[in-house]
Amino acid sequence: MTSPSVVPVPAPPPNDELELLLRLGDDRLVLGHRLSEWCGHAPILEEDIALANVALDLLGQATLFLRRAGEVEGKGRDEDALAYFREAVEFRNCLLVEQPNGDFGFTIARQFLFDVHAVVTLDALSRSTSAEIAALAAKSLKEAKYHVRHSGEWMLMLGDGTDESHRRVQRALDELWRFTPELFVADGVAARLAVQGIAPDLPALHAKWETIVRDVVGRATLTLPHESMHSPHLRGGRSGMHSEHLGHMLAELQIVARSHPGAKW
Amino acid sequence: MSDRPDATTPVGEQAAAIAPDGQWPVWEVFTQSAQGAPHEHAGSLHATDAEHALQNARDVYARRGEVISLWVVPSAAITASSPGDAGPFFDPGADKAYRHPQFYKVPRGVRGL
Repeated sequence: MTSPSVVPVPAPPPNDELELLLRLGDDRLVLGHRLSEWCGHAPILEEDIALANVALDLLGQATLFLRRAGEVEGKGRDEDALAYFREAVEFRNCLLVEQPNGDFGFTIARQFLFDVHAVVTLDALSRSTSAEIAALAAKSLKEAKYHVRHSGEWMLMLGDGTDESHRRVQRALDELWRFTPELFVADGVAARLAVQGIAPDLPALHAKWETIVRDVVGRATLTLPHESMHSPHLRGGRSGMHSEHLGHMLAELQIVARSHPGAKW
Repeated sequence: MSDRPDATTPVGEQAAAIAPDGQWPVWEVFTQSAQGAPHEHAGSLHATDAEHALQNARDVYARRGEVISLWVVPSAAITASSPGDAGPFFDPGADKAYRHPQFYKVPRGVRGL
C-alpha cells in the first residue's frame, strides 16, 4: 500500500546556456569597465591607449555575449537592458575581474590571470556543440590572444624589472591568487554544459591554464603562490555573491542609463 | 605612503612613479596598408624593447584595422641628413634642367621608349 504523495511542481529547468552567456558577458563587461578607469591615467601614453584598446575589445565581446543571452532568455531584454538594469546580485562575473585596479602591477597581474583564462576558455568554446557560442568564441579568441601577449609581456617586464616592480607585481599575484579557483569551479551549470559538449570540462581547462601561468610567472622570476593561498570561500561570483566593490562599480557604470532611460546620443 | 598604493591613491601619482615619460627609448614606426605597398613612416613612440615597441605600435597606429604589417626601428639606428646639409645635398639638381628626363626630346621614329 502506498501513501498518497504530493507531486511537487517541477521547477523550471535551469537555463544553462543563458547562465554561460551571462558569465562570459559579465566577466568582460566588468573587466572592461575596470580597465576603462585607467583612461588618462596610465603610466605612459602608449600604455594608456593599449589599456583603453583592451577595454574596448572586452566591451565589444560583452555586447556579443549579452545580446545572445538576451535572445536565449527570450524576455525581450537586449544587451543594454542586461548591462544597465540588473542589480549586483544578478551579475554572474567572477570575483577576480571586479577587484579594484590598485597600482599598475596589480592591474597587469589581474589582467594576465584573466587573459590566460580567456584564451583557454574561448579556444575550447570555439569547438562548442552550440554553433552560436562557437562563433562568438572564435571571434573573441583572436582578441584574447593579443590581450595575453600584452599582459604576459608586462608580467615579464615588471617581474624581471626593477626591485620595486618585482615586489609590486609579486604582491599582486599573492593577493589575486585566491580568486583564481573560482574561474574553474565546475558547478551544476558547468558540469551539465560539459556533458552536452556546449562548454569544456573545467578541471582539464584549469590544468592547461596553470601550465601557461606557471611558465610566464617563472620566466618573470616571480613565485607562484602556494595552493594554501587559495580560498574556498571566494567563489560566489557565478551565483551573484559579489564583493562590495561590484556595487560601487555598477553605480558608476549604470547611473547615466538609469537617470535617462532610452536616451540617445 | 604605503608600499603598494590602494585604490584610493590617485593613479596619476602611481603612474608618475612608475615610468616618467621620456625614460624609454624612442622607436620609429612604419606601417603597410596593403600587400605590395611600401611601409610608410607613421610616427614614433616610446618602448623598452622591440617586442614592446611592436605592441605599442599595434595599439597606437594599427588599432583601426587599416594596417597589415608593421616595422619598428630604434630611432637611434636612423642616420638622417641635417638641415645644414640641405644646400649641398638637394639644391644642385634644381637649376640643371638636363638632370631631368623631360629635358630630352625623344627623336622622331623612336618607338617603345
